[in-house]
Amino acid sequence: MLHVARLARLELDDSDVERMASELSTILEHVERISQLALEGTDPTSHVVELDNVLRPDEPRPSWPRERMLDEAPEASEGAFLVPSPQA
Amino acid sequence: MSDLLDLTVADALERMRSGELSADEYFASWAEAAAGDELNAYLWRADPGATGDASNGGGELGGVPIAVKDIFCTADIPTTAGSRILEGYRPPYTSTAVRRLSESGARLLGKTNMDEFAMGSSNENSGYGPVLNPWDRERVPGGSSGGSAAAVAGGLAPWAIGTDTGGSIRQPASLCGIVGMKPTYGAVSRYGMIAFASSLDQCGPLTRDVTDAALLLRALEGRDPCDSTSVGIEGGVELPSREDLRGLRFGVPRELSSDAEGVEPGVSDVFTRTVALIEQLGGEVEETELPHAAHGISAYYVIAPAEASANLARFDGVRFGLREAADNLTSMYESTRSAGFGAEVKRRIMLGTYALSAGYYDAYYGQAQRVRTKIAEDFARAFTRYDFVVTPTSPTVAFEIGERTQDPLAMYMSDYCTVPMPLAGIPAISIPAGLAQPPGGGVELPVGFQIAGPAFSESAMLDAAHALEGAIGFDARPAEAFA
Repeated sequence: MLHVARLARLELDDSDVERMASELSTILEHVERISQLALEGTDPTSHVVELDNVLRPDEPRPSWPRERMLDEAPEASEGAFLVPSPQA
Repeated sequence: MSDLLDLTVADALERMRSGELSADEYFASWAEAAAGDELNAYLWRADPGATGDASNGGGELGGVPIAVKDIFCTADIPTTAGSRILEGYRPPYTSTAVRRLSESGARLLGKTNMDEFAMGSSNENSGYGPVLNPWDRERVPGGSSGGSAAAVAGGLAPWAIGTDTGGSIRQPASLCGIVGMKPTYGAVSRYGMIAFASSLDQCGPLTRDVTDAALLLRALEGRDPCDSTSVGIEGGVELPSREDLRGLRFGVPRELSSDAEGVEPGVSDVFTRTVALIEQLGGEVEETELPHAAHGISAYYVIAPAEASANLARFDGVRFGLREAADNLTSMYESTRSAGFGAEVKRRIMLGTYALSAGYYDAYYGQAQRVRTKIAEDFARAFTRYDFVVTPTSPTVAFEIGERTQDPLAMYMSDYCTVPMPLAGIPAISIPAGLAQPPGGGVELPVGFQIAGPAFSESAMLDAAHALEGAIGFDARPAEAFA
């Protein structure tokens, strides 16, 4: 549980872990019914619409204004997103 | 009751065209109705005094107000996807679906409440409180497009758009007694629609009747260079006119009807009566099978959480929305996401991350994708013999608030009959077919009837649904709505 939470960048406290472990077990038990189906020769479907590469003309166009994008950021500085140090 | 609010959008447009009704008067009536929202259906509402600019007078939807699920980005107007992690977010741009509607002349009436990031079947997972069902305020409206469904059923909006990933338009439409349609994957652009499960998500209409659904889908569909999976509907969408079902064949898959788990007797009765109506209208009906449809929930609850766990990685406290203070970057990510996401979203991220993790990938995700192929093949086989397959939309009528929140799996089973269609990418519509008593007694509640067809069969499906709608003659209204 804690390993998966770390991969998902979620912080779970002890009571979360306990509750979620039991809920996820119930769900996985149901989901695991499909492991009994013999589907070795079946191709997986990742996408339902058959599409070849969709290309567009490579023409320059303006991007979104930097200031408007930074307006939504919790913290910005000198035209960039500001975050705490990865090292600290 | 204002008789303006009682009109379908098609009828209101007719009156506006003939000059009997002004677009501003129509908008103001609806804005006033929306302002009286007691269902928590809206998260944001337009100012009732707002008048349209000149460009809003024209277009096929000239001046008609529309409620929009809060998952669609609207430039400079708050967009939360029902999540606290996006509280206060004002997108810099507008989603293609909403842009197309405003280019057709529609005007934004409000943004509707929803399950957080569209994950839920009851609207109880909203970060902004549950939506109440207008038929019985102790009950859920369904989800995840519960605010849109409750607004239309409760007389707070003439029509609305929502999104459907596993049933999120059709199930709330069923529980609220209105029409809801999930178009073929690729019919409507997903650009600016906050992503949950990208291979399944699709935008569609929630309306009073089938004609309005056709009118709305006609404005929404189309290829969009900003969404390379969008293809539109070739030939567009025709307005329905059929009065009978002669020459059409309908399959009733037993896995999603008589053999389905947990179908309430009242729902089953309405379904049987509606199937008999199809025959009375000249349609041929046969029992059939979709052998893998019963595994839809299992496949869906691997694929959708897997895609969600990747899509929701963007909510990290860096570029938009909430940030929790922390002294290093990883702690900031973790505390922001833990504070901003609700329990169901965390559950699905955990489920998806686990299913995609090393050592489990093929057993879960790979196998679920193979089941997906089988479900699509089952439908393809059925459609060589039948024009459409029909099922109950939801196994139950609206359930009580709190009834399923402690049991995620029971909540997931609400989507039993609606999940197979998005896995196969095909369109399906739910129309109100009657009323039934909930198992514990109480006020009679709406029951939906689902029609699914092959990819891009929208015009034919709407036409068949229109004929059936006429024969059903559903005209019940929630007692307290339209007051």
